[in-house]
Parts: sequence; structure tokens; C-alpha cells
Amino acid sequence: MTTTLISIERPTRAPKKPLAFTIDGRAVTVEEGTTILAACRTIGIEIPTLCFLETLRPVNACRLCVVEVEGARVLAPSCSRTAEAGMVVYTKSARVIHARRLVLEFLASSVDLSTTPGMAELLAEYDCKPERYGPPKPHALAGERDAAIAGHHAAPDPDFAATVGQPVMVDNDLYVRDYAKCVLCYKCVEACGADHQNSFAIAVAGRGFNARISTEMAVPLPDSACVYCGNCIAVCPTGALMAKPEFDMRAAGSWNIEAQTTTDTICPYCGVGCTLSLHVQDNTIVKATSPLENSITLGNLCVKGRFGWQYVQPGPSADSATTRDG
Amino acid sequence: MDIRLLQAVPSDTERAAVDAVLGAPASGWDGGVRVNARDSHLAYGGRAMRERRHELVPALQALQARVGWISEGGLGYVCERLQVPPAEAWGVATFYALLATSPRPRRMLHVCDDVGCRDNGGREVEAALVAAGGPAVAHEPSGTHMQLDANTPAWMHSPCLGLCDQAPAVLVTDAGDPAVERLIGRVTADVARALLAGAAPGADALANTVVPQVGDPSLVLLQRVGVVDPTSLTAYRNAGGYAALGRALQLGAEGVIAEVTASRLVGRGGAAFPTGRKWEAVRTQRATPHYLICNADESEPGTFKDRVLLTGDPFAIVEAMTIAAFATGCEHGFVYLRAEYPLANERLQGAITQARAAGLLGENILGQPFRFDIEIRRGAGAYICGEETALFESIEGKRGEPRSKPPFPVQSGVFGKPTLVNNVETLANVLPIVLHGGAAFAAIGTTQSTGTRLFCLSGAVERPGVYEAPFGTSLKALLKTAGASPRMRAVLLGGAAGTFLPAADTDFPLSLEGARAAETTLGSGVVMVFDDSQDLEAAVLRIAAFFRDESCGQCVPCRVGTVRQEEALHRLARGKTRGGAEAEFALLEEIGVAMRDASICGLGQTAYAAVESAVKRLQLFQGGAV
Repeated sequence: MTTTLISIERPTRAPKKPLAFTIDGRAVTVEEGTTILAACRTIGIEIPTLCFLETLRPVNACRLCVVEVEGARVLAPSCSRTAEAGMVVYTKSARVIHARRLVLEFLASSVDLSTTPGMAELLAEYDCKPERYGPPKPHALAGERDAAIAGHHAAPDPDFAATVGQPVMVDNDLYVRDYAKCVLCYKCVEACGADHQNSFAIAVAGRGFNARISTEMAVPLPDSACVYCGNCIAVCPTGALMAKPEFDMRAAGSWNIEAQTTTDTICPYCGVGCTLSLHVQDNTIVKATSPLENSITLGNLCVKGRFGWQYVQPGPSADSATTRDG
Repeated sequence: MDIRLLQAVPSDTERAAVDAVLGAPASGWDGGVRVNARDSHLAYGGRAMRERRHELVPALQALQARVGWISEGGLGYVCERLQVPPAEAWGVATFYALLATSPRPRRMLHVCDDVGCRDNGGREVEAALVAAGGPAVAHEPSGTHMQLDANTPAWMHSPCLGLCDQAPAVLVTDAGDPAVERLIGRVTADVARALLAGAAPGADALANTVVPQVGDPSLVLLQRVGVVDPTSLTAYRNAGGYAALGRALQLGAEGVIAEVTASRLVGRGGAAFPTGRKWEAVRTQRATPHYLICNADESEPGTFKDRVLLTGDPFAIVEAMTIAAFATGCEHGFVYLRAEYPLANERLQGAITQARAAGLLGENILGQPFRFDIEIRRGAGAYICGEETALFESIEGKRGEPRSKPPFPVQSGVFGKPTLVNNVETLANVLPIVLHGGAAFAAIGTTQSTGTRLFCLSGAVERPGVYEAPFGTSLKALLKTAGASPRMRAVLLGGAAGTFLPAADTDFPLSLEGARAAETTLGSGVVMVFDDSQDLEAAVLRIAAFFRDESCGQCVPCRVGTVRQEEALHRLARGKTRGGAEAEFALLEEIGVAMRDASICGLGQTAYAAVESAVKRLQLFQGGAV
């Protein structure tokens, strides 16, 4: 779960005051306004995160990054809590380890984390035993979770642990939504909304364990405000949102990340000049992304850059195409 | 903002209901008729439109009240009027339990099956309703909704309706123009059947609010309840009302805060934060405007004290809010009132209207250069909105998801401005403090817990109701006063977020320090008595279900932890443990500690409290009785 810290250029302001505090017994000096997480990373202390991304406003919902602040009643989310002078922070206390282990177990026992990068290692590191909550309940039927009524649920089945399992939603040619893999990190909602794209095609609907990412009335994406920029896919930490080619290749067993190379180029479509990272497997483009740390895109693209690269290579769509000279 | 709106067309009725709240549309840009000469070259919207976002919930409530549910056309029209993206509005509508997003009949019965009602007649009511009208409304496992006819009343379960002293309780909602809402107490099977058959609901259970101690000269907070006409400003003033506001204006803002600080009053909503310190923090904030919020979202199971104050003495709350606003520099006040209290809404609205007409709200209050007004915002069925930061989100027209603190409300509250949030009972204490001085107030109670406290007695007691007692009164004495059952087995103190106490542990002083020493909490003042006729394990399961239902779902520890907690309890209750009872208790403890340590807000942090006490102090789920 290692993520590079990105510094985003901001307009020049009055210099921020330095402040000193302690992390795991080590004295740290950071600028005023620095989060505990950022401070930890400057001194090489690794803290796992799931809902945090440098390019999005922290929602501190996953609680994986919690740390103990001396004198505080409860643990603090390091991704959003700013450091204060004299603060004494512990990142590996027994309370912290317990909370992180349980958060990971809660997720692993209720969500399919099989395509979450680094998750297997994290579950092992924290000695998680998600199976102790019982065997996972069979998947809900399509639409069942969308129809839930806030404040009501059926009595639990003592033989199973409830999950968010449900069928994959494949309602367009560009990307799929597999909400059985959704940890409700809010990143896609933020990327679709005011943080990046301003399309507002999706939001969190429902409440409690039935809270879910949804379009209005849970309509299929083609009927929603979605513009297929795919910026939600770019920020999804679990693979719940996945471009169709990757999804199909994974289903066919041909997706091989070790065999892939990444080549950066500039998107050929318009004059903005977004950096495009082409993921290539067997001399075929299988995915297009943009680097998170690119100052122009912040990882974002539009529908053309993210999905419109089939013309480069032979394929069903190229068969009928004619060349300019032809 | 260029948003994609819905194509569905609202009915004339839906359009009228929304326009009644939002006013007529100004142009073709927000749902009105497009006039080319006016609208074709000029777009309306932007900041002015975004600033209306806070009207989203009232607009959705208008559709619910008029039609009984929020249709696609209705939702779309609200989105067009307020320029809210439909997905976001859908997220808000599906968050609140009393907003329906699938067709519902015009009449719905919301039947309390919570801890206060289920063993006190609730089960009989439920059985009668099942026999007469079939099962409670829920979604079908197929992912569709129960097919309901608009003209055939239906019923559904409800968490605590705040009528535990008159159990069992039913909230009747009749959509229409005007919509009718009635909270009915002491519902019998016959009454339930008649309501389901469409009979008129009759008067609200609280039309004549009285308290068991009515007439007792020692009453402070309850002195006017059941004695002074709650619908008449004249009666209130004749009973000494508004003397405190006059005195406050003489004292000045800092003088008022000095008295409140000297009184050592602490918040009565559950957290017991020093009120004077909070007021001073808001007063000294440089950002403007300051907002005042009276938290009347009382939804803690077993709690009904604020309801009694709001229906029995509404002018006192209006006056106390005016004093708080004066002391802290607020010009605008909100009362966030839980949806399930229609009569409190009516009484409070009446009090505000009369106060405004008499120059006690509005400009130049009592001839002074002081301006303040109050707006009621009604909840829509979400316990979490009693959490102050979730309450802000709800007022702002969003899902009631708590914010991370810091920043604290005194710095950045509703609309990002300094905000004073006080519980109804806390505010009620301000009047005696201002009138008689902080020192006189501090002389009541114990040295560490000053003043009197309201307690909500319910369950197996002969005289249920709200009791006022000085801090330090013993729980045993209070139980005796209310006529607790001689076969009492346990007391739930402080509500669902409180603790169960075995009958033997009920002899200690009811004060903050006394409760701490007894390893419990006074919470919101709930004293719910269970005797041997009640199923305590079922009550604990209901509390676990309550937290699962009411979790907003934002953070993992609470969203999943409340589910895992309920599952473990069900395994214990049905003898299907994974590895034996001890292993399940250990698992519950691990889940509980993670929820307490890592949840964003107080809901998750206290979701294990009652369960923990039931396991450790009542020794429930061991296969034997207490």
C-alpha cells in the first residue's frame, strides 16, 4: 500500500510556522497544517491507508490510518488530523494495532478484497482472521441492496456473516462496477463530484451496512450523468470499478500484471496534453491511466484518453476502419 | 453548475407541494416556464442557487407529506428547483427512514418495536397488525418493493418514538393536504386494527402533557408543565415567563455567561460539557455569523424528556434560546426537532409565532438593539442526526454523516460558521440560572453536579413519566417514587448508549460522579425498568439491531462492527456459537473496543456499552436467567 507523497503547487502564501511534536518517541518538526500521516511519511513511518489519496479531500472513513494521540479519548485518523505543537503520537500502540486489525477483518469478512493491491500482505501483517466471523453469506440478488429501506434490516442469519456481495454490474462497454468489492471509501464519489470531474453521476445512497454507491434511482450508467471519464476507476482502491478490457481479461485468466510494461506518452486527442500511461501486455494496450503525480491531470483523463486507444492496435474495431491514405 | 436533470415529469400535486416550500420558480432555469426574452441570454444559478441547498430536505419532506413518497418526477423537480444533482438528492432521500423512495400508501403506521414498547404491549399490537394487514413493509428479497396500494394503509416497524411512558406507541402519518401526523400512545390491538382500517387517528397522545410530579413546589424545569397553558404567551408571561430575558438584557452578554459559568451547568444531552465554556467559546469567535442550534432530535431509546418540555412548556425553550443567542452573538437559531414529535412541532411553531408578534423575536427585541429569530428544522428519521455534526450536515441538506472533530462546532459548525449547540433540557436550565443567579443554581445538587436533572422513567414502573430530581438523588429513591416493580431485575440507565444495571446495583447517587463511581452513565436520563415479565436478551438484541439500523455507514468500525456485534449476539441467543460462549464474548469485546476507539462519532463509540453491561453485569446469553 505504499503511496508516493505528492506535493501539489499552491499559490504563494505567507510561510507557515514550523511546529514540533513527537511520533513514536521521535521528535519531528513540520510546517503548520501538516497532517500526522504526511509527517509520518517524512520520517519513513509507514501507515496503511485505503480511503486516502493525495489528490482528494480526506474523508477519513476507512479508519485504517488511525493513530493514538496522547490524552485523547479515541484514536485519530492520521490522514486528516493536523499535527499540533507538543502532540505525542503513537502509530503502533496496542490500541492502534487492534483497531487496524479489526477494521481489516471487518472489510475482509464483508467485502471481496481479492483484487485490492497489497491487501493480502496487509492482512497477514496484522494477523487478521476474517473467517472467525463466520462463512460469508451468499451474494444478494441484483437490485436487492439498492432496494433496502433505511433503518430496517432482516434479522441476521446465525450461520453466516453478512457481506456486501452482489452481482457485477455490466451495463456499458467501457467499465464494470463490482460492488461486492466496494469498501465505501468515497473516492469515486469525490472524483466524480467536486474534487475532480463535477459530473455528480454517483453518490452514497442508503444507510449503515446498506450504504452503497449509486446513481439516482440506481439507474444503469448509460441513463445516468456519467461521462465515462473513468476517473472513478483511477481512484478505486479495490478494483470494484474496472475497465472492461481488464475485467474481461481477468475473467479469461489472461490478465498478467507481471508481464505488463508501462509507457508514458502524451494523449493525441486535444491540446491539453495529458500524460497517458499505456499499460501493455503481449504488445497490446490493455489499459490507459495517467500518473497521479502529473501536475496537469492529477491522474485524471477524459473518455477519449482513458478508453479511446483501440485504433492503435488491430482488433474488432480496427477491422472495418480505413486508413487516411486509403 | 451544469448538471444533468431527470426526464420524469412531476405531477401538478408534487409541483405544488415543492413550490409551497421553495416559492414559485424564478425562471425557466429552475423549473419555471421558459420566457425566451428573459431566460435565453441569462443563466440563473451559481452561488445564489448553491446557497439554497439547505432547502433540500424540507422540499423532500414536502413531497413525502403530500404524496406519501418521493417519486422520480418529484425528486427530479426538487433537483431542478435547487440545482442539486439527482444522484446526490437520491443519496439524501435514501438516508432518512421517514422519506420513502418507493410507493407507499397515504397512511402509514410506524409501530414502535423498541425496548420501551416491545414488552409493554408492543408485541400484541404487532400481532394484531400482522393478522389484519399482513407483514410490515420491507423490501422483497428479490430486490423489488412490496406492492402497496395508495389507499390501503400499511405499517412498518419504528425505533423508539419517545413515548415510552405511554407504551406501546404508534406514529400515524396521513399524506395529503394538509398532511396529518399523530403520535398515539397506549395503543391497543383494537385501536391498531382501526387505524389500519383507516379510522381517524384522534388527538395526539400529548395533547394534555402532565408529569407525575405536577404541582410539586420544588420543581424547577417542570414547574409549568401541565399547569400553564402551553399555547398561550399571555399565560406564560403571567406565570413569570420572559422575566429571565429582561434580566439577561440587563446583565449583558458577558454577565449572562458569567452566571452560566458560575452555575457550573453541564450539557444534558449526554456528553456533560460545561455550558458556560461553550458559550464563551462561541461568543469570542471572530467569524460571523454565529448560529444557535437547539438540539431537539431526542432519539435515544427510552428518552422523552425533551418532548415533555417542548409540548408542555415551549415558550421556555424559545425564551432560553433567545437568551443564549443574546449571550453568544447569534442572530439565527434553529430547532432541530425529531420528526416523530408532531405536536411539539405545532406547539413550538405556535410559541415562535406568538413571540415574534409580541416583539420577543425578530428585530429590536424588548426595545434593545438585538435581533434574533428561530426556524424549526424537522428531522426525517435518523438517530444519528442527534450527533451535532451530523445535525449540521442534515440542516445543510445532506446525508446525516458526522464530521471529523476538530474543528469543533464552536469554531466551524453549521454552514462552516461558529455554532452553539445545546440540548433542550440544557437550555431550560438557563432560565433559573439567569433569574436567580449562577450561585443559587450551583447550590442545588452535589458539589460536582449542579442543579436538577430530568429522568425518563419507563418500563416496569407504576407511574412512568418524566421526573425532576436534584443531582445526588439516589436511583433507588427515584425508582421507589415511580413505583418500580418489586420483581425488578434490571435497569437500563442512560439509554441504548448507556448501561444495564442489575437490580442489586441500583443504590447510588444520580450525579455525574456517582454514576462514574458506579461505572455507568446518566446519558440522556433514561431509567428503563425491566422485571421478570420481560425478555432481557430480546431487549439487548433490539439494541444491537438499533445501532446497526442507525449507523450512518460512513466509517468501517461502526458500519461493519454493529453488524458483527448483532450477529454474535444472535449466535449466542440461538445457541449457535462459533467456538463456545466464551469465544463469542471475547469476540464481542474485540469488536466493541474497535468500535469505541476507531469510530468517527459517539454512535459507534457507544454501540457496545449496553451490550457489554448486559454480558458482564447481567450475565445474559449464558443460557440462564439473571
